[in-house]
Amino acid sequence: MKHWIAFWNILAKDMRAYYLKPPNISWGIVFPLAWTAMFFIRSGSGLDSIPALLPGVMAVSVLFGTTSMLAVTVTFEKKGRSFERLLLAPIPLELLMFAKTAGAILFGTANAFVPVIMAAVLSDLSGVQWGILLPAIVLIAISSTFLGLFIAVSVSEVFEAQTFSNFFRFPMLFLCGLFFPVATLPFWLRPVSYVLPLTYGADLLHAAVTRTAKLPLWLDFTLLALFCAGLFAVSLRNVRRKWII
Amino acid sequence: MIQVRQLTKSFGDVQAVSGIDFDVGDGELFGFLGPNGAGKTTTINMLTGLARPDAGTIRIADIDCSRNPKAAQHLMGIVPDESNLYPELTGFENLCFCGSLYGMAKRDRENRARELLERFGLKGASGRKFGGYSRGMKRKLTITAGIIHSPSILFLDEPTTGIDVASARQIRQLIADLNAGGTTIFLTTHYIEEAERLCQRIAFIVQGKIVRVDRVEDLVRQAAGRHVVQFAVGQDAQRLCQVAGDAFPSLECKPLSEDSLRVTSPDPLRIGPLVRLFEEKGAEVTEARVIRPSLEEVFVEVTGIEVDAMKRDKEKAGKGGAA
Repeated sequence: MKHWIAFWNILAKDMRAYYLKPPNISWGIVFPLAWTAMFFIRSGSGLDSIPALLPGVMAVSVLFGTTSMLAVTVTFEKKGRSFERLLLAPIPLELLMFAKTAGAILFGTANAFVPVIMAAVLSDLSGVQWGILLPAIVLIAISSTFLGLFIAVSVSEVFEAQTFSNFFRFPMLFLCGLFFPVATLPFWLRPVSYVLPLTYGADLLHAAVTRTAKLPLWLDFTLLALFCAGLFAVSLRNVRRKWII
Repeated sequence: MIQVRQLTKSFGDVQAVSGIDFDVGDGELFGFLGPNGAGKTTTINMLTGLARPDAGTIRIADIDCSRNPKAAQHLMGIVPDESNLYPELTGFENLCFCGSLYGMAKRDRENRARELLERFGLKGASGRKFGGYSRGMKRKLTITAGIIHSPSILFLDEPTTGIDVASARQIRQLIADLNAGGTTIFLTTHYIEEAERLCQRIAFIVQGKIVRVDRVEDLVRQAAGRHVVQFAVGQDAQRLCQVAGDAFPSLECKPLSEDSLRVTSPDPLRIGPLVRLFEEKGAEVTEARVIRPSLEEVFVEVTGIEVDAMKRDKEKAGKGGAA
């Protein structure tokens, strides 16, 4: 019970101090809006193309929302030494890091629904399989957040966090099958796609919105969950190795 | 309360802490005194779980912290050498947040935060963001955050470094009050006067090694009955010490730095002949200071470190300060 008091307060503090700040809320709305508009205009095929664009825009919103925020907030607190205060608290490291990442997971999940709401206004989403879409978004948010954590633990400056994030984010976007099917990538690039967590998240989003999954759903969910667990475990190991010296 | 045996830590080729042993009793105010880079903060980090020892054991309240550093953290309050609260939260919010990290219920932590803000004279600033506090106020709030959960052991790392004299005095009084209330305190400082005034026992640490652990009164007693004068000689202190030793065999002369030396005698010292001798040998004596029997004298004798140089080092390290 006492640990959960700490968990809840770390999450609430982060939400208030970082995620619910007006610039971040507006960023969470403007960014997916801009992506949606950009792809919509580029497709040139009218409102009918919206469902086809939706998985990509949702994934971008989640990926950028989670990785940017977490990498910056954790690096910022580490640099200001307030993160030491958390490391010195009598709570298990696993719970502490989960509390620090929970805000980003919620923020990323909320970001994903901005394009969904816009699409619901402009298009017919009655064919969407929500039972697949919702867990897929949550898992993408978790894996992206843990990727952000991995980045945050690997750097010491805020600007390094941003640079390092882009090193992962942009290749991932174009190689995960969201905008170009993996099958159309050059032969030598395809193996790279299959080591990216977003490839499996994108496949799930395609399955939920356009029913065009390339892999069995159970495999997508299992692999995505394994990426989440793996990234979290590696980040925890790095925190223990680098921050508890 | 704290038992440390053969504690060792190195960073690459640098041996930060080298096989130290000490005990801190229940309710004791224990001082850890040493210059910059002596290993004070590394020791605190190992005791509190922020650093892993390479070797040795740490037991806190009979809990083996070298194996499981998290196990005793609920007993500890930790005040680091730099204020590390959240600049975007108010003083009150910071205290409540810190209380929550120790599992305190909402009402309990709010009541305790109000009580402490009042006691530490920060009530008027409780609604202001921590980032806007003065250095002294930041330090006081950081100490307050360290005791929000009423810990049985408080680790204070250089609590008065870098703050004004009035705030430093207030903080010393607060430390004394906390200890009088039964809190065991582990205090690191490079201010000898502070350690002498507050601590019951002191360990001198130099280059990662404890060179002496004793009760303050026993350390000071060692210095009593001797007469010490410190000279500022401009240059060549080593050579002048040799000259003084040859001329006055009953005196003990020790160079403290290139330009200062200290002369010790079992009998009252006559300064005139010494000044004349130094000047005859080409020195420019600009100061002759009688050193009263104090912990400072014992520290210099045991460690060979000039106290003023230790303070200058700390100030160079960008922390400034007032003792």
